[in-house]
Amino acid sequence: MFSLSDKTLGQDIISKIKKEKIKAKFMHVCGTHQDTIVKHGLDSLLKKCGISISQGPGCPVCVTTPLEIEKMLLLARNGAIVTSFGDMINVPGEYKSLGDMKAEGYDVRTVYGIEDAVKIAYENPSKDVVFMGVGFETTAPATAATIISNPPKNFSIFCCHRTMPYALKAILDIGELKLDGLIEPGHVSTIIGIKPYEFISKDYGIPQVIAGFEPIDVLMGCWMLVKQIKQGKTFVENEYKRVVHQEGNIKAQKILNEVFEPCDMKWRGFPVIAKSGLKIKKKFECFDASVKFEDTLKDLENKELHEPEGCLCGELLRGLVSPFDCPLFGQACKPETPVGPCMVSVEGSCNIEYRYSEK
Amino acid sequence: MCLAIPGKVVEIESNKYHAIVDYGEGTKRKANISLVDVKIGDYVLVHAGFAIEVLNKKEARETIALFREMLSFEEVK
Ligand code: SF4
Repeated sequence: MFSLSDKTLGQDIISKIKKEKIKAKFMHVCGTHQDTIVKHGLDSLLKKCGISISQGPGCPVCVTTPLEIEKMLLLARNGAIVTSFGDMINVPGEYKSLGDMKAEGYDVRTVYGIEDAVKIAYENPSKDVVFMGVGFETTAPATAATIISNPPKNFSIFCCHRTMPYALKAILDIGELKLDGLIEPGHVSTIIGIKPYEFISKDYGIPQVIAGFEPIDVLMGCWMLVKQIKQGKTFVENEYKRVVHQEGNIKAQKILNEVFEPCDMKWRGFPVIAKSGLKIKKKFECFDASVKFEDTLKDLENKELHEPEGCLCGELLRGLVSPFDCPLFGQACKPETPVGPCMVSVEGSCNIEYRYSEK
Repeated sequence: MCLAIPGKVVEIESNKYHAIVDYGEGTKRKANISLVDVKIGDYVLVHAGFAIEVLNKKEARETIALFREMLSFEEVK
């Protein structure tokens, strides 16, 4: 019931866009959008209508920094059970990934969600169990809800949660790209609603559309942007009304605010972005791995870490290049032998491009 | 990672924290429902084991028609 099927609608939207004779550059920030775009060849269809569309920093695993990964490697080395989502485990820090550590015999476990990690903590009361919490606003509420559910004391979270609106602001402030419109991620928006994006349209004069993940959603999103441009309007429009409510999920927002406070955070490919991260509040610091293991982790704090040589993930995450611009793409760097996180994560644009170009 | 899948709530556990969600084709899984207010029969969107929103059946049914209407009436000036 929630999927959109209509044989001709996609084509109708395309012809409608074509008629407008526009030249525009759009950015979206979601791996699932990128998957839809590449899988259905929407990028080349849109190009023919004068629209180029690229994925910005919309892959939580990809924007996690080598330092964060190195910290997890250190905790695993010190005997903690480190848990995270599958893709995260396979991203190398400076040289090794958590997956490499697992192969060496350290206790690293892939989980489907945070509740699996809590279960591991109950089953191993004598061990520290650390959950590496990555993800945007879509994922962070689950972490918050788990914290207030009072998990066992040997459980803690290394919080790598990041939030989208100020990262978008950073892209615009850096100003390397002239963007004509933003497609906002449907499931982040499910939680935060429309309001947190509004300052972007107001301050930067950029149209925004919150869109769903079916080909029709993405095309419709593009058309709504085109329409705003043509009419000289800039506001946040919601294409994904069957899921996203204007005000977002208020219950989830309350839990987020109870547990987290905004903090400045570095994103891979970016400098530190003000207010773009979530930090566990003092009240819950017994579940904050960065506090619990502060002494262990502090040696890493000022270490210079190298990014993988030749990898363009930083530029990709800022929307400046495409995977095909990277000389390693499909050569030294493939999903089986990934060099950078954008090839590891199924949400990374290199991985997506590689997967569908295979077929 | 922000992938989320719709399913129907078919059972709510007595602790009210978890529900059994039916994703169709015989796939049923437990999901945490502490971020939403749901009742049996509601459709929810599930991400990493947590229901993150209750879906709007009416909007879903009307989406295509609404899009068609927007395309046909809204001539860009
Ligand atoms: S192809 Fe590999 S090395 Fe190149 S940018 Fe993508 S992940 Fe980095």
